Amino acid sequence: MDLVTNLTHGFGVALSLQNLGLCFVGCMVGTLIGVLPGVGPVATIAMLLPITFGLPPVGALIMLAGIYYGAQYGGSTTAILVNIPGEATSVVTTLDGHQMAKQGRAGIALGVAAIGSFFAGCVATVFIAALAQPLTKLAQLFGPAEYFSLMVMGLVFSTVLARGSIFKAILMVLLGLLLATVGTDLETGQERMTLGIQQLSDGIDFAPLAMGIFGFSEIVKNLENPEARDVVRNKIGRLLPGWEDIKQCVMPVLRGTFIGGLLGILPGSGAVLGPFASYAVEKKVAKDPSRFGKGAIEGVAGPESANNAGAQTSFIPLLTLGIPPNAVMALMVGAMTIHGIIPGPQVMTKNPDLFWGMIASMWIGNLMLVIINLPMVGMWVKLLKVPYRMMFPAIGIFCCIGIYSINNSSEDVLFTAFFGFVGYVLLKFGFEPAPMLLGFVLGKLMEEKLRQALILSRGSFSTFIERPVSLGLLIMAVLILLLALMPSFSKQREEVFTE
Amino acid sequence: MRGWEREKKTTMNRTLTAIAALLGLSVAPALAQNYPTKSVTMIVPFAAGGPTDIIARIVNEHMSRVLGQQIVVENVAGAGGTTGITRAAGATPDGYTIMMGHMGTHGAAPALYPNLRYNPATDFAPVGLAAGTPILIVARKNLPPKDLKEFITWAKAQGEKANHAYAGVASVSHITGVLLNSVLGIKPTMIPYTGTGPALNDMISGQVDYMTDQIVNVVAQIQGGNIKAYAIALPERSPALPDVPTTKELGLDYQVSAWNAIFAPKGTPPEAVNKLADALDKALDDQKTKDRLLELGGVVPDKAGRTPAALQKLVETELARWTPVLKGAAGNDKK
Repeated sequence: MDLVTNLTHGFGVALSLQNLGLCFVGCMVGTLIGVLPGVGPVATIAMLLPITFGLPPVGALIMLAGIYYGAQYGGSTTAILVNIPGEATSVVTTLDGHQMAKQGRAGIALGVAAIGSFFAGCVATVFIAALAQPLTKLAQLFGPAEYFSLMVMGLVFSTVLARGSIFKAILMVLLGLLLATVGTDLETGQERMTLGIQQLSDGIDFAPLAMGIFGFSEIVKNLENPEARDVVRNKIGRLLPGWEDIKQCVMPVLRGTFIGGLLGILPGSGAVLGPFASYAVEKKVAKDPSRFGKGAIEGVAGPESANNAGAQTSFIPLLTLGIPPNAVMALMVGAMTIHGIIPGPQVMTKNPDLFWGMIASMWIGNLMLVIINLPMVGMWVKLLKVPYRMMFPAIGIFCCIGIYSINNSSEDVLFTAFFGFVGYVLLKFGFEPAPMLLGFVLGKLMEEKLRQALILSRGSFSTFIERPVSLGLLIMAVLILLLALMPSFSKQREEVFTE
Repeated sequence: MRGWEREKKTTMNRTLTAIAALLGLSVAPALAQNYPTKSVTMIVPFAAGGPTDIIARIVNEHMSRVLGQQIVVENVAGAGGTTGITRAAGATPDGYTIMMGHMGTHGAAPALYPNLRYNPATDFAPVGLAAGTPILIVARKNLPPKDLKEFITWAKAQGEKANHAYAGVASVSHITGVLLNSVLGIKPTMIPYTGTGPALNDMISGQVDYMTDQIVNVVAQIQGGNIKAYAIALPERSPALPDVPTTKELGLDYQVSAWNAIFAPKGTPPEAVNKLADALDKALDDQKTKDRLLELGGVVPDKAGRTPAALQKLVETELARWTPVLKGAAGNDKK
């Protein structure tokens, strides 16, 4: 069989001592930057680009890829331990993951995240090897109209994310959408709501917003109430998930892998939707949805698997078409180009070493990540024992360094401080940041795609219902919304709220 | 920081620089002779991995060897590259901060950004032209016209019905696309994207009809048969795509390439500028560097085209060329 020969060839390439070493270095660096809040894979890969000059192209790309999925892996650690999502994809993990940490189940949350990610990574790798070509065609079905409808569906998930009042959640989504419109108008180049601040001319960055609204406001909240923090310190509990926990996670991991892998293929923010969608599904199918937001293990297992599956499948458009679906992949294109390989549809036939070697290295990388991460769970959990008066300055400093390194801009650090203040005020009034971040992430793409679709249809809104895929997505969005508004469901929600 | 504060700061910086220059007249040349004694920062005003960034990194590698000091790339992206150039223009002119400007930031920007805080012709000490990347006219593979001639007839007949994609205001594909439309005298519907990637994606799936972009961005898609190329806007065919005819052969007055060039802030000591220009010259003579640039489909300037004087002239010609073309283009209706 072709697939077997190709994969054997790939493993032959990836298992060479040098490539194995580079894969390990990539995974290690990725895990570290994932754990350091703010320092994202984009900044790291950009910094490491010159170093890869001296390496053979396959090895260089194996290492850079390792950094990317390693960071996705590590990002969940901060989300769980200190409630700071390093990446848009780990926002959802804060919801139940950090709650679990507060209940002394941090080790279990980290363990489940690692195991779920490993499983998802393995499945997604096989997925890429076997189905990369046909899946590319699936992504091609998505024009601007389909994307817009997909984003609409994504917004509906926000109602499920809310732990408290659904009304407040919707307000926060709208705020997120509004924040996403700050910046230069796509078509006219006009600056919108930038208040004459030059740094805002390209819009608000995700990192300062997320870091401020989650990280900084969390620090202020904890400082205000030191006893709450001590609870986390004193209750450590068991380190690794037990058999019961794992049994509970099997289905969420399977569903998360499927959802995340599928959405990951779509260029743009497809991969971001994965964890949100998975969380929404888990909450829907759960016997007792009220557990979510209070440390439900499924709420960690599903989204974490979705997140990692998406990180792997987002390589598909790059490897089969040469089109980068996100900023990290754009950097990978740059790295390939610097090495004289111009990514495109022929990479598979012209550079089989690169194509199959990278796919094989992803599987090896995932195995390495589990080996690196599981023993570290104990260490991370012990970190919670460090007195908070020593923890919070460190978290604050790492956040600032990370934010600064993204654009080499000190203004971004000031923005983070500002958003931290806003986040604290919102927290005090019982508004939740997660729906806002979802609105923000989807908003930019939504506006862009809406305008492209409407320009292409010459202003006719019927384009969204005339195109079958788009229509299907919109129908699904309506169904989810109806389900969310069903009386039994809202009753449960109120119970949660009044608690 | 608000605009006026920034301006105040820049004025203050200028005053300080002037005072320092007066006091340090005797010291400055000695310092410049030893230049460079530490690493040099090169601001690239686009994200890492893009065509300008790649050219900068390829050229820097050899330049660093000649200078004996590392040139470190700092990516400061935003507002069509003008954010990074604005910052670099205000840096201390000591030769330790330089920048990679391009046709957008030093040619088209004044026409697109009326509030631009620098003047490409007077606020810089040009170092030299690094490399250009040729522009191609590409279209979705099932677009009816078979060649450029048919395409021109088709585009004129379609009028607003044609869908022209571009990668956002002030991008290379925007600037060169507007030029093409003005040369052809057509007014298609322009569809903005946030980058070449998403635009190409929609072109491959047949949502949009045509666009213009740099060879490095589209060459793989053309070779793979995902899109087709009508012409390359060069005097001679590119070795990377020998089957694609030039606009010159076809008699179309559309010659354009996205040039990238190194600049230093105005007031940089001439000794430093000369050393940088010399290092650039040596880098472009280096066979390995040259090969890498050619692999990208890049065009390496000849000896005469690399000098600071030639670059200054290029900037002035480009400013004169783009201003009338881009008047009325998207982005220009800003107050």
